[in-house]
Amino acid sequence: MKFSIYRYNPETDTKPYMQDYELDIEPEGKMLLDAILLLKEQDETLSVRRSCREGVCGSDGMNINGRNGLACVTPLRDLKQPVELRPLPGLPVIRDLIVDMSQFFKHYRSVKPYLINADPEPEIERLQSPEDRAELDGLYECILCACCSTSCPSFWWNPDKFVGPAGLLQSYRFINDSRDQATNERLDDLEDPYRLFRCHSIMNCVEVCPKGLNPTRAIGKIKELLVKRTV
Amino acid sequence: MVKRIVSGAHYGLKDWLIQRVTAVVMAFYSLFLIGFFLTQPLTYASWNSLFYSLPVRLASLLFLFSVLIHAWVGMRDIFMDYIHPTFIRLTLHVAVILALMAYAAWAVQILWSVQ
Repeated sequence: MKFSIYRYNPETDTKPYMQDYELDIEPEGKMLLDAILLLKEQDETLSVRRSCREGVCGSDGMNINGRNGLACVTPLRDLKQPVELRPLPGLPVIRDLIVDMSQFFKHYRSVKPYLINADPEPEIERLQSPEDRAELDGLYECILCACCSTSCPSFWWNPDKFVGPAGLLQSYRFINDSRDQATNERLDDLEDPYRLFRCHSIMNCVEVCPKGLNPTRAIGKIKELLVKRTV
Repeated sequence: MVKRIVSGAHYGLKDWLIQRVTAVVMAFYSLFLIGFFLTQPLTYASWNSLFYSLPVRLASLLFLFSVLIHAWVGMRDIFMDYIHPTFIRLTLHVAVILALMAYAAWAVQILWSVQ
């Protein structure tokens, strides 16, 4: 199989470049990450993040033939050759396919991604009805791989101000948690032309999410709540 | 969705909402005009009599104001996305607002010039 991979080592290269690789591999039943790890055996300078290799940790997000995705859950046989691998767009490149995710996590932290509840802590746990728990389905599964935010043009243009689909999905995850008591504060924080309203429903986030989540829907729900508390 | 009692809004929502409402107004007016094109003969007389009636003039004016407000939010969004230096953006904002206000006056003048 033929690969064309983005290479950039800031210590030695003045500019990024694409390097061609060939690999003798039977694509059937294998994932892209398997091929990348074999390529790394060929050329150990090739840098990539990976950990769980089964779509749970969210480390190996990258741009695969122009589309963001996780290498570990992308079947090799479906890929058009030469397979073009680039780092996630819109974030600073540290080296090769590794990007600096600081900005992404800063936005994640800014939505206070934890339960805020002022009631005295119960002895065992804060209980939820099965219906209320079901409200969190499609929200809690996010693995923070950044595939969505880095495919969002609004995030490219205003990465410092727009929270991005991943952060907004997480924000809604807590807004929609029956145990959380900070809904108003969360909405106050999001009601901003930048933090929330840069979303133009482009839906690239939905298109690329490796977990099949729908951040645009969550953002719509946040807007719906904002309308509800205004009118 | 979990039931929430929510209150206390700031900024950003209104523009987003206004853009949606004006879009609905434009859609209805467009349907009305398409209906006119499909059912009425396209002559100067029919066109003239259409715009001579006060309700159509008012609807047209409502449509034009909707276009202008919609355009304002859209242009502001484009500037927020692509134009980052504050001074240039503010200049463009003022230019767009003045242009849209001029269009509004011009539209009134055209609509009420129909004899």
